[in-house]
Amino acid sequence: MSRRSVEFSVSAAERLNDSLNAFLEIDREGALRRAEEVEKSGASGGLAGIPIAVKDNICVRGMQTSCGSRILGDYRPPYNATVIERLLNAGAVIIGKTNCDEFAMGSSNENSAFGPVRNPWDTTRVPGGSSGGSATAVAAGIVPVALGSDTGGSVRQPASLCGVLGLKPTYGRNSRYGLVAFASSLDQVGVFARETEDLARVLGVIAGRDPHDSTTADVPVPDYTAALDGDLKGARIGFPQTLFGKGLDEEVGTAVKSVVDVYRELGAEIVNVELPNAGYAIAVYYIIATAEASSNLARFDGVRYGFRAEDAPELRQMYRKTRQEGFGAEVKRRIMLGTYVLSAGYYDAYYRKAQQVRTLIKNDFLKAFENCDAIITPTSPTPAFALGEKVDDPLAMYLNDIYTVTANLAGIPGLSVPCGLSSARLPIGFQLLGPYWSEPTLLKLGHGYLQARPFTDRPPVYA
Amino acid sequence: MPITEADIAKVAQLAHLELGDEELKTFVPQITGIVNYVEQLNELDTANVEPAIGGLTPEGEKTDSSRPDEAAGSLGQKVALAEAPDPASGHFRVPKVL
Repeated sequence: MSRRSVEFSVSAAERLNDSLNAFLEIDREGALRRAEEVEKSGASGGLAGIPIAVKDNICVRGMQTSCGSRILGDYRPPYNATVIERLLNAGAVIIGKTNCDEFAMGSSNENSAFGPVRNPWDTTRVPGGSSGGSATAVAAGIVPVALGSDTGGSVRQPASLCGVLGLKPTYGRNSRYGLVAFASSLDQVGVFARETEDLARVLGVIAGRDPHDSTTADVPVPDYTAALDGDLKGARIGFPQTLFGKGLDEEVGTAVKSVVDVYRELGAEIVNVELPNAGYAIAVYYIIATAEASSNLARFDGVRYGFRAEDAPELRQMYRKTRQEGFGAEVKRRIMLGTYVLSAGYYDAYYRKAQQVRTLIKNDFLKAFENCDAIITPTSPTPAFALGEKVDDPLAMYLNDIYTVTANLAGIPGLSVPCGLSSARLPIGFQLLGPYWSEPTLLKLGHGYLQARPFTDRPPVYA
Repeated sequence: MPITEADIAKVAQLAHLELGDEELKTFVPQITGIVNYVEQLNELDTANVEPAIGGLTPEGEKTDSSRPDEAAGSLGQKVALAEAPDPASGHFRVPKVL
């Protein structure tokens, strides 16, 4: 059984890669060998024989981890990320590494050094980013589940644009050991799936304390599948009216408001909530995330791994040339911005100010959650946009993350759920945000909605 | 204060990037635009607000991350050097420093 499903996934990944470019490496041989081992061993781990795709910024021993960057190229880590170790222990089979924006910096997947991923619903459009390859692999039916990373929406936004579920857990729920760091106070490994059951099972396997990551919290991991009971009576869902205004595509707004009506029909209570500082989230995010990135990416200097520039006879010259040739434009832009906001004379004005507003944003959520179990918003202000449409305007690109970055700043979990198609037959998603450790609530609400309004449409490119 | 090409060149130097002339020209307006955008934070009075440092939840703050000070296994020299662009005699070789 497991061999057959893995063979199906690997073949689909290979067949569709010309049109979608979702995978940077497909490990046919390794995956089939492992599927056979799992089958022979009769292992009954929770994920025995399940094919899974992994974003190319999460370390899998012996497979490439390029982070979509030339500076790492075909770097092959000598160890597994903790989330990978746990998947493997549960019997999962990693079939390949998925394409992404370079170092997870982007909202369209156009920043990959290895070409953009294409949206399976319309291959002239972006899949979202930065985990675009993982979202696409799940949306196109190649794998039932994929891992991504979410620093400002990089799981939820592509999930929304591709019509699949995407979960960013609470900060500290999953280990970041083996996830290549972008912004350490915001990064979290997330999961894509088409079914809430799969999402719940995989989260249950990868979550929990890890001695290799001091930011993982000692909080028990519940049985997430137990939350999928479909009973939404009495659930209180917060509706932040002010987030449904300027900049929101009309079709998306209408679709998400009709989700609110469905929840009401299902017995949930809708309460108005205010998030007065949410409008400042992008500004805060692009200071904190770039500051942390400028520091984290200092390690890519051509000494210990990856690419080293030639013809640089002096050390500092080698660093500069390596980084100049190895990084793409968006990564350089963010390193520059991060270095700028941290530089002498600007630290208080930008970085400290952003940290203070981060506190305000966090407090807004804590206050809102006194009156509700979860908050509903759109995931992305628009459906998938055209390839090339926003590449020359970084700020316009950043504004795609307006609904998602708040969860990373506050450390709370967020789930994107598909809720229909636009008139151009592009997926629309809504987002549920909850208090710390409320993944069961989010899964319960997402599941309840999908039971009432199943999302059964499939993209034209489908395995 | 407007951001000049000289400012961007200075930042590039701090960040160990060797930007080309074209890049320098593109980055000036782009970074200016982003910096102007983030300055909207000045609308907020944050005089009495504690800065949020790190991303830990209250439960994360309480988690004890210490461990006994005991030696554990490591990758070993061979594996650790396997991905180096220029390993030599058990070391990472780099171009001359001085």
